[in-house]
Amino acid sequence: MHSEGTARTGPGRVVVVGGGMVAHRFAEQLAARTDAGEWHLTVIGEEPHLPYDRVHLSEVFAGRADADLALAPEVWADPRVDLVTGDPVVALDLAAQTVTTRTGRVEPYDALVLATGSRAWVPRTEGVDLPGVLCYRTLGDVTDLRTWVADRAAALGRPLRGAVVGGGVLGLEAAAALQTLDVAPTVVEFADRLMAVQLDAGGGEALRVLVTDLGMDVRTSAAATRVVAGEDGRVAGLELSTGETVPADVVVYSTGIRPRDGLARAAGLVVAERGGVVVGPACRTSDPAVWAIGECASYEGECAGLVAPGNAMADVVVDQLCGGVKGYSKAADGTKLKGVGVDAASFGDVLALAPGALEVTFADPVAKTYRKLVVSDDARVLLGGVFVGDIELYSALRPMLGRPLGADPSAFLAPQGGGAPVQTDVPDDVVLCSCSNVSAGTVRAAVTEHGCTSVAEVKTCTRAGTVCGSCVPLLTTVVNRTLEKAGIAVSSAMCEHFAMSRAELYALVRAEGLRTFTEVVAAHGTGRGCAVCRPVVASILSSLGIGHVLQPDQAPLQDTNDHLLANLQKDGTYSVVPRMPGGEVTPERLLVLAEVARDFGLFTRVTGAQRIAMFGARQDQLPAIWRRLVDAGFESGQAYGKSLRAVKTCVGQAWCRFGVQDSASMAVRLELRYRGLRSPHKFKVGVSGCARECAEARGKDVGVIATEKGWNVYVGGNGGFTPRHADLLAEDLDDDRLVQVVDRFLALYVRSADRLQRTAPWVAAYPGGLEELRRVVVEDSLGIGAELDAEVERHVSGYVDEWRATLDDPEKLRRFTPYLNDPDAADPDLAYVPQRGQARPARPGEHGHHDLRVARTLEEAPL
Amino acid sequence: MTSDVVADEVRVCRLNDLLPERGSGALVGEHRIAVFRLADDRVLAVQQRDPYSGANVLSRGIVGDVGGAPTVTSPMFKQVWDLATGACLDPVGKEPVDLRTYPVRLVGDEVRVAVTP
Repeated sequence: MHSEGTARTGPGRVVVVGGGMVAHRFAEQLAARTDAGEWHLTVIGEEPHLPYDRVHLSEVFAGRADADLALAPEVWADPRVDLVTGDPVVALDLAAQTVTTRTGRVEPYDALVLATGSRAWVPRTEGVDLPGVLCYRTLGDVTDLRTWVADRAAALGRPLRGAVVGGGVLGLEAAAALQTLDVAPTVVEFADRLMAVQLDAGGGEALRVLVTDLGMDVRTSAAATRVVAGEDGRVAGLELSTGETVPADVVVYSTGIRPRDGLARAAGLVVAERGGVVVGPACRTSDPAVWAIGECASYEGECAGLVAPGNAMADVVVDQLCGGVKGYSKAADGTKLKGVGVDAASFGDVLALAPGALEVTFADPVAKTYRKLVVSDDARVLLGGVFVGDIELYSALRPMLGRPLGADPSAFLAPQGGGAPVQTDVPDDVVLCSCSNVSAGTVRAAVTEHGCTSVAEVKTCTRAGTVCGSCVPLLTTVVNRTLEKAGIAVSSAMCEHFAMSRAELYALVRAEGLRTFTEVVAAHGTGRGCAVCRPVVASILSSLGIGHVLQPDQAPLQDTNDHLLANLQKDGTYSVVPRMPGGEVTPERLLVLAEVARDFGLFTRVTGAQRIAMFGARQDQLPAIWRRLVDAGFESGQAYGKSLRAVKTCVGQAWCRFGVQDSASMAVRLELRYRGLRSPHKFKVGVSGCARECAEARGKDVGVIATEKGWNVYVGGNGGFTPRHADLLAEDLDDDRLVQVVDRFLALYVRSADRLQRTAPWVAAYPGGLEELRRVVVEDSLGIGAELDAEVERHVSGYVDEWRATLDDPEKLRRFTPYLNDPDAADPDLAYVPQRGQARPARPGEHGHHDLRVARTLEEAPL
Repeated sequence: MTSDVVADEVRVCRLNDLLPERGSGALVGEHRIAVFRLADDRVLAVQQRDPYSGANVLSRGIVGDVGGAPTVTSPMFKQVWDLATGACLDPVGKEPVDLRTYPVRLVGDEVRVAVTP
């Protein structure tokens, strides 16, 4: 604060030309300045929308509404700010200090900020002006793409094929967008690899494998030489330099961007040789009253292609207009692929071009991951990184660019390391969130000086982690450590009703013998609970054998899956998965399954867990379906609960030439033992009859692998979002000892894991690590073994089949009535279309048939 | 229709047909609605259609409260609404969309729901 207290005159009339993300940032920063003096801001954009988040454009295809992309609109309500949309500026008059828009609006300025961004660049190739050749850059492009695809698919009466020219980040996003529109894409890239600017050869190859797995066709080292028209004059294909012609009903160009410097050029401002308005560290152009920020500006001969530098430039100009002296310097770069379904990210000196730079690489072709760190010649300073398939390290390491790593680079990359043991404290001046340009020091100050006590509060206070979100894991670590150092307990509250973790609540309910939600909430919580804590209490009561999932007073606590004992699917119908222990089924029972599925028209498929799932059962049909299954000897499969899902196995000694133990019998024994056991999250078990591991047991929460001498047991494996191999807990156990070890492991997990925490993170975070877990579970070092055994025994002896118990109780059957006052009415909004001999839910715009059975007999639209 | 009738009122069920703190579906003319009985035997009704998934599933959501206001959470994508006002309290990162609410009247043990024209 200035001691003299004199009011400045302020920036006066400020005009921003351009209505994109950087213009929004500028307006937001200016409005937030309390020391700015007098000002009025006019932002003039040519697009008809409010400034929106272009970074997340591809989410529009995943169902996000256009309007959801709008950037914090509050700033436009500020009386000092005017926003003009849909009216491009057509001329600048530097002498008169005015801008003129297409509709003739003339806006005088004291300070002019150019934020005109860039445009998609399309090479001059024959046929690029044909109908059906599009770009992928703006909301308008997205609308055009959707409309073209919908109209063309209707006209041709078949799914479309598409081609994307350009295999960079945006090109891959465009290809993924085409896939969500049911268009099969081919990606054509001139360079020898995908994301050629951001990835090295190894990373590019790993990415190719991953996107090919997603169903994209990839052609590298190929140029698009001509867009080919069909007989109707619309695009029909793409001719490549390899001589091949790729059939395509839509072609999307994503071949780079060019700065939009036309207005500046016409007004006589200096522009760079390769385009862009020339600016220095102050972001000022050759006219002292004019600044340029974002992708239209050329700084040191380069134009930024990311939002982070644009935001930093906006901050710099706001600061100067308010009398500050901030200057722009290039921030740490880094790129992350978004919205494509595969992970790829890189930063810094990707190709190790710095003199003496060393590359440390770890490639796992089985897990399809590739990781590389580039370090200085003494292996101390981090110069860059490439991550494909698993980018967990990206957000942790990118802020360390140009700094000492603090550990051997290979320690970060080693598969067992997983980043957990090597964790260095991030220095204060490191930029943690580059989208909003927030340093680690600012994040720490939010806790120590501004009193924030949670990640959510720090986000609101600093705006860190609010744009692309990639820094949130690191942000969480920094916030929690700072809280701990400040002596503030990191909140473990489940929700507004319970200020404690699941494990703490479990211990209290167990010790006090509480029996109902009302008792639990009266003793330890507030209010009437919510969708977070109610299922947790239900699970705890169930695990403790106090309240069964079917007990009437448990009904209001259960998630719909546990309430109706089936798995909710996207259209509101359910899937039914009967238990088939060990994946075995007799021919007679298989026939029953087939008949039930046929009679109800259900969509049938074999699941990844060796079970048969039937989809499309309406709420009101579930009891009738179960009745026939139960009569044939099937049981509830619990494929719906946070509980044991299935025990996967191989055929083992029974049939296999190589099996050394009877894995199938052990799998049946384990599945019948743990069926229905409620736990913090779903869990899965695998049993393999030999080291060939055909059951993929080490990808499961509990993996059992036969040896010549008995069984090895592994724990903490995981498929899903964060795949992980299980770790060895005990070796060469006999049958009973194996069961005991698994009992104790599961009972301990049920007791002490957080809500929705799977075994992999639970094992990883276990105090004392796997060694300590082994001592407790295998050696009974705490002397709680008998207690844990008894908890599982009580579950086993108390087990009842949930389907049968429901069928036997008329009160419970009333849950399945869809309309209280019209019990025979079924949901008239359900609609199905045929697919490969069965029927699936109709997508928006498809005309489906209300009855599944009828839908599967209809003729399928030709491919 | 007499002038003092302001809405079509439909008898949906008896109070005891509803489980406390659980929803049920009902058909009121063309309207598919979700009827909820709270712990204090108040009955509230909102549209059955989940605006985010488009599926008719809201009666199958978990009932609870946010700061004392009765709520339901969609079983599909976990958005949370105030059952009394229909206001979306947690849009889970989407644009908030409120629910249509329907007036409920208890006449003896009969639950009646009105559809205003």
